[in-house]
Amino acid sequence: MGAKTLIIDGQTVSAENHVTILQAATDNGITIPTLCHLDGVYDVGACRLCLVEVKGSTKLFSACTTRVYEGMEVTTQSERLKKYRRMTIELLFAERNHVCAVCVANGHCELQALATSLGMDHVRYDYCFPKWGMDLTHPFLGMDDNRCILCTRCVRACWHIEGAGTKNVAGRGSKSHIISDLNEPWGDSETCTSCAKCLLSCPTGALFHKGDTVGESERDRSKLGYIVNAREKQQWIV
Amino acid sequence: MSKRIVIDPVTRIEGHAKISVFVDDAGNVSGAEFHVVEFRGFEKFCEGRPYSEMPGITPRICGICPVSHLLASAKAGDAIMAVSIPPAADKLRRLMNLGQIVQSHALSFFHLSAPDFLLGWDSPPAARNVFGLIKSNADLARAGIRLRQFGQEIIEVLGGKKIHPAWAVPGGVRSALTPEGRAKIRAWLPEAYATTRVALDLFKKVLTTHERETQLYGNFPTLFMGLIAADGGWEHHGGKLRFTDSSGSIIADHIDPKDYRSVIGEAVQENSYLKSPYYKPLGNPEGIYRVGPLARLNICSHMGVPQADAELKLFKTLGHGAVTSSFLFHYARLIEILAAIEFIERACDDPELSSDELRANAGINSLHGVGASEAPRGTLFHDYTVDRDGMLKKVNLIVATGQNNLAMNQTVAQIARHFVKGDAITEPMLNRIEHGIRCYDPCLSCSTHAAGRMALHVKLIGPGGEILNEVFRD
Ligand code: SF4
Ligand code: SF4
Ligand code: FES
Ligand SMILES: [Fe+2]
Repeated sequence: MGAKTLIIDGQTVSAENHVTILQAATDNGITIPTLCHLDGVYDVGACRLCLVEVKGSTKLFSACTTRVYEGMEVTTQSERLKKYRRMTIELLFAERNHVCAVCVANGHCELQALATSLGMDHVRYDYCFPKWGMDLTHPFLGMDDNRCILCTRCVRACWHIEGAGTKNVAGRGSKSHIISDLNEPWGDSETCTSCAKCLLSCPTGALFHKGDTVGESERDRSKLGYIVNAREKQQWIV
Repeated sequence: MSKRIVIDPVTRIEGHAKISVFVDDAGNVSGAEFHVVEFRGFEKFCEGRPYSEMPGITPRICGICPVSHLLASAKAGDAIMAVSIPPAADKLRRLMNLGQIVQSHALSFFHLSAPDFLLGWDSPPAARNVFGLIKSNADLARAGIRLRQFGQEIIEVLGGKKIHPAWAVPGGVRSALTPEGRAKIRAWLPEAYATTRVALDLFKKVLTTHERETQLYGNFPTLFMGLIAADGGWEHHGGKLRFTDSSGSIIADHIDPKDYRSVIGEAVQENSYLKSPYYKPLGNPEGIYRVGPLARLNICSHMGVPQADAELKLFKTLGHGAVTSSFLFHYARLIEILAAIEFIERACDDPELSSDELRANAGINSLHGVGASEAPRGTLFHDYTVDRDGMLKKVNLIVATGQNNLAMNQTVAQIARHFVKGDAITEPMLNRIEHGIRCYDPCLSCSTHAAGRMALHVKLIGPGGEILNEVFRD
């Protein structure tokens, strides 16, 4: 038990034991960019956008998976961090095929919003232009691997909020991709409850409602947090 | 063996189009071909995407007529869902198409074509453009630019600043006409009418002094095709297909656009990405037909609005049965602008355009869907085949410029016949070929290149394939 006192960006804050730097920062109104973090499910530190500096180490730490300790000194904004975050976001764009102009998520996309806020005006790396397909076999949900950033938010929401365990990651490296069950067409899945929590969780246009056209994929991701809160703390939002 | 003159405004990127003129041994022009780079790539890369994305993707085929692709694409989507869309959605789509017709025709007439016949065919190309027109007739040029703005404003009022985010969607549209939008459009009407009247009077004057051009610029018999209303009236978004011949007789009628393949065959021309559609029952080349304003006015009995109907009567006197000179595309365009303004005025008084019943919902109920709409340049078909999940398996697009291809070839041949003497490629010939093509307002970057002047590259090729003469004009 007990609280820890630490310094984030020169500001002395106190945080509960065992919380992450990200939580401590958020609780104190300090914003750290994130992409794979999702309120309501555990963190995996997949996207590396929340990297921060901790005094005494030359290493960078992912704020979403690093716990606070007494006397910790954290820097969330620096030229170095800016550089790495920008590189990371550019690599995410270069890795798959993002054509925002015709994307269902255009205007409601966390990846796009981050790119804008991090000042990404172009991508310095060669695009990979991989050949990924889509899975449109589900009656009303669709998956486009071209827009997936492998944040695994959908997987975690599917396993740990819905408890269905339909969504999984298959493959390694650049071949990694999200599958349903043991790589079956989504529409054939016996475990999928069609709850659409994966869609709610997805930061990009990779998961969408079939029939949506450009920019129509708006979603309220906080709903997932409410569900978890209600379940774990018996607190309902009315 | 015959010789070939290649007028080679090379690639789309450079804003050139390429024309070959064939010359026989006696030195007479035997034919011509207009080559362009077209949308095959587009058809291919849409495969594997959901049909619902098409209204977002296809408007990007072309920066000049995105609205036409948007509407045809949404309609093909309606057909795949097998729904009839809410009446308000249909009216709103129509309103947008009218805006598109006004803006596109205004661009064609005032910016691209009028400088030719108002400043003179053989005035220096560098001055024969909209800037030249501003110099010589500032009021007219300005009015033309504003007329185009009016059309663009309608599109913007409905679809937002960026038309691309699919406003028309399978099943309907995303948003209605707001009271502010309505007021904005209404405020433009008096000026739009006035400008169109000025242009009409002007063009009728031009006609009296351009007897020769009327004869020269693509005056030959062809079929005409377009969408037609159930009562035989002018149509631009719904209706069925009609073909008439050059005597004005209906040779095919009430053809559901989804059955277009029963009447339209597609010939593939050597050295060109442009498909050349023809009327199937007559075969190629007898089945040559024209689409666009000239065709739409030829096939219909009335416009359905008083001012344009009066003009249509005059227009019809210019032919026997059908008006066959492509120079009169210009006149037809102005009459369509007038009709569009009258229909826009009606739409402004229709409360249904503010309805919130705008979008039908359904799954995949048909594995095949065709959407047809009258683009400013002629009938546009989007033909999608999907799988059970709505993923596109096959896409076929038939665009207006392609359908006019055979007629453009013939127009170039007709003009060249008057001008080709030996191996010389003369400036007057280039100027007239340029305008002959412009009559069709082909939708290529070349048609708007360099403030409206077409860049040309002409090659005269001898019987053995050797280049006898070559002229570049940027
Ligand atoms: S998922 Fe986001 S970043 Fe990717 S194409 Fe769509 S809007 Fe753009
Ligand atoms: S589908 Fe969406 S939520 Fe799932 S891994 Fe990809 S981007 Fe993340
Ligand atoms: S949010 Fe921390 S690594 Fe993605
Ligand atoms: Fe076009």
